[in-house]
Amino acid sequence: MSKKKTYEAEDFSHHVTSMGTYFAIFAALMVLTALTVWVAFQDFGSLNVPIAFAIATVKATVVVLFFMHVIHSPKMTAAILVGSIVFLGILFLLTFSDYLSRFWPMA
Amino acid sequence: MTTDAIDSAQTPRHEEGTNYINAEYGLLSWLFTIDHKRIAILYMISVTALFFVGGIFALLLRLELMTPQGDLFTSDTYNKLFTLHGVVMIFFFLIPAVPSVLGNFILPLQLGARDLAFPKINLLSWYLYVIGALMGVVVMLLGGVDTGWTFYTPFSTTYSNTWVVPTVLAGFIAGFSSILTGLNFIVTIHKMRAPGLTWFRLPLMVWALYGTSLIQLLATPVLGIALLLIAVERLWQVGIFNPALGGDPILFQHLFWFYSHPAVYIMILPAMGVISEVIACFSRRKIFGYKFVAFSSLAIAFLGFLIWAHHLFVAGISVYSAMIFSFLTMFVAVPSAIKTFNWTSTLYKGSVSYEAPMLYALGFIGMFLIGGLTGLFLATLGIDIHVHDTYFVVAHFHYVMVGSVIMAYFAGIHYWWPKMTGRMYPEWWARLAALLVFVGFNLTFFPQFLLGYLGMPRRYHAYVPEFQVLNVMSTAGATILGAGYLLPLIYFVWALKYAPRASANPWGASGLEWHTPSPPTTHNFEDTPTVTWEAYDEKAWLKEAEKNV
Ligand SMILES: [Cu+2]
Repeated sequence: MSKKKTYEAEDFSHHVTSMGTYFAIFAALMVLTALTVWVAFQDFGSLNVPIAFAIATVKATVVVLFFMHVIHSPKMTAAILVGSIVFLGILFLLTFSDYLSRFWPMA
Repeated sequence: MTTDAIDSAQTPRHEEGTNYINAEYGLLSWLFTIDHKRIAILYMISVTALFFVGGIFALLLRLELMTPQGDLFTSDTYNKLFTLHGVVMIFFFLIPAVPSVLGNFILPLQLGARDLAFPKINLLSWYLYVIGALMGVVVMLLGGVDTGWTFYTPFSTTYSNTWVVPTVLAGFIAGFSSILTGLNFIVTIHKMRAPGLTWFRLPLMVWALYGTSLIQLLATPVLGIALLLIAVERLWQVGIFNPALGGDPILFQHLFWFYSHPAVYIMILPAMGVISEVIACFSRRKIFGYKFVAFSSLAIAFLGFLIWAHHLFVAGISVYSAMIFSFLTMFVAVPSAIKTFNWTSTLYKGSVSYEAPMLYALGFIGMFLIGGLTGLFLATLGIDIHVHDTYFVVAHFHYVMVGSVIMAYFAGIHYWWPKMTGRMYPEWWARLAALLVFVGFNLTFFPQFLLGYLGMPRRYHAYVPEFQVLNVMSTAGATILGAGYLLPLIYFVWALKYAPRASANPWGASGLEWHTPSPPTTHNFEDTPTVTWEAYDEKAWLKEAEKNV
């Protein structure tokens, strides 16, 4: 019984992130935003969209891990996060099984 | 004798006769309750009201279809009637019925918990549901909507001149109710199981609700987005689905069915949970192959996400994609068959008795078999192209969603009625109703398989005269079915006052919910129970009960 209590107490304890980390992450996000803007004015051909997505993914990952504390959360939180991304992946993957193989008469 | 032992074990030690129903009085005590049992009752009342609204639309449709000519309603009115029938029945009855009514009441009791993990969020779910449902009613009063419950683009975004935006917003809001219920259940199942109640000691209803909740949580947001995008395109002409604006109409169907196929499992999975409980109880046996039935719930929940585009075979998706989805759809048959075989194996050598819940459960197995197997017909590309958008499809999904889900809902309502109200129900009337529903349902929908196979398209108010005989049969069946649904409403209301009082465990069943008085107190259990027995192990359970005397 007492064992269970300490386990739950751990669950809810908050890891204190230092101000330095927050500012470092903020700076990184600003740099990445500048990069996004710069990239938007370049033409990489068919890579335009993948590059934009890649930068956005890095930004989102950093926000989720540090600002939303997932990096210091219990494994269950990570499992739920990964699970959601997997299901989003299913939505994309199977939808593209149609789009990438469809006959587009106008294109 | 055995029930006596249980009864005396369950005699409450606190003030005699206090329970969750008479703990507080007055309308406000219900509207602001955070007791999962009271919220379940609120859901039950609202869901029942919407069920009869949807049922009236259904009867009007069947009335029009008695004759080949479109003589009762104009085609526009008919479009609105089948749209509202679908919207009401799916979003405001079938989705919330089993999880939010039965799940809400039973889940904490089966876990030996005092409530759900987030009681206030639970009440919020109900309010969101009510707001969504009221918006739906407002849409009806304003003149309705004619897109079909599927809101297919570009009709819904560009051409329909009915109340599309309020309807999709109603669905959007009700969706959040569903998401919050799923979230609540998942956390509750993870965190609030009684000591000793390990995952493999859980009743199968809990496994089923867990699978259901996963779908509610993961699929509903996609529907929410798809519905909002309709509003965005309709109101501000943003090109998402309309090809004239650079959009793709099939994208809507992808997004819509990414939710709406799994949504069938939001309905059927908890229904299957009910069936597992009822079959185990009334055949006095452990469910055959417990772990297989438990994991098949999760398998169905997962596989349900891989097969949505079987609704799009003739919509214009690529042949390659259609082949993948046709192939994947076949896989769902495996866990479904596992469940069906295991229920029937449970009956084998069991001492089966035929109380009303069991009659509904047996009816469920038969109709799910027909509904499920015709699903395989439709999953097959060639056959689907032939019967797409015919009454064959209508019959198929009614066998699953009405023949199976509503049968299971009624099985569950009868089974847990003594627990919910502290009163029994009139057994013979209930058996008669079960029979009426079974006969009425099959007479309504079996002819529709034939009509569809012969080529009668769905969603028209007129048809060629050759189809009249089968249509009249169907309408006659619908009348019987309507009577079968009305009858329980009458005797349940009667039973509230006049039926004999129920003991803690009138069926001699084994779940923890039967380990507490009927109706339970506000806090469910005087002391949190400690579970030392396996699921459905009635003998161990009785021993435990006798020890506590
Ligand atoms: Cu489907």
